[in-house]
Amino acid sequence: MSMASDAAAAAPAPKPGEGGSEVPVLECRNLCISYFTRAGEIPAVVDFNLKLMPGESHGIVGESGCGKSTVALAIMQYMGKNGRIVGGEILFNGRDMREMNEEELRQIRGSQIAMVYQEPMASLNPAMRVGDQLAEVPIYHDGATKEEALARARAMLESVRLPEPDRILRSYPHQISGGQQQRVVIAMALLSSPKLLLLDEPTTALDVTVEAGIVDLIREIADEYGTSMIYISHNLGLILETCDRITVMYSGEAVEVGTVNDVFDAMRHPYTQGLFASIPLPHADKNARPLVAITGQLPLPHERPPGCNFGPRCDHFLAGLCDSGEIPMLPITGDDRHYSRCVRIEEIDWQAAAGEGIVKSAAPPGDVVLKVDEMTKHYEIEEGAIFFAGEKKTVKANERLSFEAREAETVAIVGESGCGKSTFAKVLMGLEEATSGEVLLGNVELGKMPVEKRSPETIAKLQMIFQNPFDTLNPSHTVGGQIARVIKKFGVEKDEEKINQRVLELLDIVKLPRDFAKRRPRQLSGGQKQRVGIARAFAGNPSVVIADEPVSALDVSVQAAVTELLMDIQRENRTTLLFISHDLSVVRYLADRIVVMYLGQIMEQGTTEEIFSPPYHPYTEALLSAVPIADTKVKKRHIVLSGEIPSASNPPEGCPFCTRCPYVIEGTCETVPPPIRAFGPGHLIACHLSEETLKAMQPVIQIGEGPIPAEADRDAEKGEQVSPVAAAESERRSDV
Amino acid sequence: MVKLILQRLLQMALIMAVVSFVLFLVFDSPKFKKQLAVNDLGGFAVATLTQSDYQAWLAAKGLNVPFYERYGNWLVGIAHGDFGRSFQKNEDVGFLLGRALVKTGILAFWVFALMIPLALVTGVFAGISEGRVQDRAITFMSVVFTSIPEIATAIILTVIFALGLGWLPAKSKGDGLEYIILPVLTLVLYDFGYVARMTRASVAEVMTSQYIRTAVLKGIPYRRVVMKHVLRNALIAPFTVIVLQLNWLLSGVVVVEVFFQYDGFGKLLLDAALFGDLYVVQAATLAAVLVAVLSQLISDIGYTFLNPRIRFS
Repeated sequence: MSMASDAAAAAPAPKPGEGGSEVPVLECRNLCISYFTRAGEIPAVVDFNLKLMPGESHGIVGESGCGKSTVALAIMQYMGKNGRIVGGEILFNGRDMREMNEEELRQIRGSQIAMVYQEPMASLNPAMRVGDQLAEVPIYHDGATKEEALARARAMLESVRLPEPDRILRSYPHQISGGQQQRVVIAMALLSSPKLLLLDEPTTALDVTVEAGIVDLIREIADEYGTSMIYISHNLGLILETCDRITVMYSGEAVEVGTVNDVFDAMRHPYTQGLFASIPLPHADKNARPLVAITGQLPLPHERPPGCNFGPRCDHFLAGLCDSGEIPMLPITGDDRHYSRCVRIEEIDWQAAAGEGIVKSAAPPGDVVLKVDEMTKHYEIEEGAIFFAGEKKTVKANERLSFEAREAETVAIVGESGCGKSTFAKVLMGLEEATSGEVLLGNVELGKMPVEKRSPETIAKLQMIFQNPFDTLNPSHTVGGQIARVIKKFGVEKDEEKINQRVLELLDIVKLPRDFAKRRPRQLSGGQKQRVGIARAFAGNPSVVIADEPVSALDVSVQAAVTELLMDIQRENRTTLLFISHDLSVVRYLADRIVVMYLGQIMEQGTTEEIFSPPYHPYTEALLSAVPIADTKVKKRHIVLSGEIPSASNPPEGCPFCTRCPYVIEGTCETVPPPIRAFGPGHLIACHLSEETLKAMQPVIQIGEGPIPAEADRDAEKGEQVSPVAAAESERRSDV
Repeated sequence: MVKLILQRLLQMALIMAVVSFVLFLVFDSPKFKKQLAVNDLGGFAVATLTQSDYQAWLAAKGLNVPFYERYGNWLVGIAHGDFGRSFQKNEDVGFLLGRALVKTGILAFWVFALMIPLALVTGVFAGISEGRVQDRAITFMSVVFTSIPEIATAIILTVIFALGLGWLPAKSKGDGLEYIILPVLTLVLYDFGYVARMTRASVAEVMTSQYIRTAVLKGIPYRRVVMKHVLRNALIAPFTVIVLQLNWLLSGVVVVEVFFQYDGFGKLLLDAALFGDLYVVQAATLAAVLVAVLSQLISDIGYTFLNPRIRFS
């Protein structure tokens, strides 16, 4: 493969002769890191141990503030002005990094240890060409000349499968897409063939289909270069796809370490168990097997409880045992280097699920509440002119969207960035006017009615929960005041006394203590703020609530609680929920029906069942394959899309997906808009492939030990994993 | 890029057209015409003038033709370098203005030549060592100097170097270099703190950015990180501020020029305004606006050029 050419020469082959007693690439022993602030010393990481052997990939997983990024930066010896290692040691190839001077560190950084960061855009110098930024690595580490360095940079860009490497070398970071930027950052990290690669949430800022490509690349690097990797993520599914071993961190401590299989299938720490119970895995179901949230909240670093940090949130907490003294990492007998920081390993029945969720009855959907008919939204943008209107360009943000939502139903709108889901929400809310088509709420036409023309009743009937709870509450008003204002505005209650009563009721509904009414947003955690957001949205008894990624900004353990709450309130009020998301796992869990969008158009819609089983739209198929699932029993067909999402201002003429579709029928898909094919009532697929071809598709996700048709394909050449029938048709038709 | 420059030039022309029109309109009122007569004939003579004599005088000066015609004549005059005549100094306004601009230009040149390197070096140094003793010392110094008004600095410097030590002349009534040392020093001390603090803030912000972390963690020498990665990004904001100082050096230095008796633009404008020397005020205002618009143009284009995110979007 192409990666080999550049890498073979420099790939760190295991040193012969050392045999059995291999030196770990990296070893952290009892590492303690603190930040020193005006408030005093804040321990960020306590007693952290890690042993990374050559060629091993080690995942570190945990929620925000658990110290996982701090570990990575400590390994790099880059902790800012107020961070310091206060205990333990970090051995790189057997040498303690804390004893190295600045020059020695410099020589190791970027050549022996390299890092890939969370936000590729922010991590590249905006005022320097990509080529110059890449060339610095060979120039300063290997003494290469500028020409040599650029040639190596170009070869590396090819190795990370970037198209047009010459153009990218000449580009500034903002001129290439997010996925390309991250490939550049990875190329930069690989340029001097590091022994250790630190990946800090490398795909969090990317779309899932782009993420799948990057994950593929990372796996390939591990296989071919033999690079040891530390992969930091909050996403258990990604760790499963990339790592051999995993450390689960909680509140500054590692709570469980082991091989991925041991930790995923035979976990021995209540927090790990709670984490798995709170993420929507394929076997979860909102009615029959609901998620189980971890109660309580993450303790602040300076308010950690004595003994076990997880104690106050743990179902197995035993006073006198769990809250006294430091709790060490204890080995689990029979497993390979599997440790857990729990003193009750032997006593807990690990086979019992972490507290069954309460089984709920499904709410039968009622009449159609919201009807979207051929709704189209175009933006006109002007190319810069000196005085008068210049060349006009049309951005087709939404193109002829048609679907319905019934009472008490959850309809998910799924798609990646640029698919037009946010524009759609804006039209619904009256922040934008539809260019054509209709949006009917009951019998009121909303498409051409901006919010200032809507009556308070109409506004109250259609409310929104926003993605980022941190920015959507007014910081200078109390929580109670903000909810009361909504109640007053919508005319739900007039009397001051009754309004206050309603505020308290709403706080009860979202399970917040009543005295929160007097608090200000900054005194609330993210999950609590989102609960206030939900209370505000439901204050006017809405019939439709649009939830725009309502939990994606929250921590995993909080997500489950907020999701469950939202669904309980919905069930209670028989509200229609439009759930906008890019996360198919969550969508699978809570949606009744799904609308899959790509570049402003609906590619497929149907019930959740229909979307997740064939026939698929080729885009749905790729999307399903791209979503990482944290379950070792799940096998997926491996489909990785090449290329990037085209710009909405310049979409392909025919099918918007034709530029990346593995089944593309040349001559047809690029020019002719796809026909909408119906597979049963309400299951619509917009695709040129024939019905038989679509029906012949194999399932993407399979659970259990059954035969896995595409498992063998994983090592086959990329891009060939489309089902054979469809490929044959694509070939046949392009010949015509 | 070319398009942007053209666009800005066109805007600039438009602004100048509007300003010149307003300027002409203001000075074209009957009251100002009377002032012109006072300048020309003397206050006593005007007071005794009959209405028909006054009309005759207006006709003689070409002031009784329709407004647009006079405006046109004025513009054509300017295009030929004819700004009218100064009654106070009995010279061509164009000549006076040119001489004053050259003198102020010399002053501005020296101020820039000293202030920019000083401000940038101290600012960058403070920025990269944010929070440390060096930073605090520099910040303290620049705040102190910026807080002292120019007139106070001027007095202190004069007292020490001219009156006390006698090394330098107290009044800048000559062409030698020694005559401009004190005014230049006054202006540099006042202005460098401002630019240095802007630079410091910008550098400190860039230092905490993620791409600087990337640069450090890819193992390139610290010097290179600062010179190549930090400066290139951190100097974009101060650049704009520096160019706008040009403006201030033209019309904001009245106090210093008057104090040191330095015959520059500021002093010319002040003298003319006090005397009621209309054509001089008119021409000087136009020149000040032109410089303001020009410096804005330079800072706009420079900013675009320095910032590739704007240049290529």
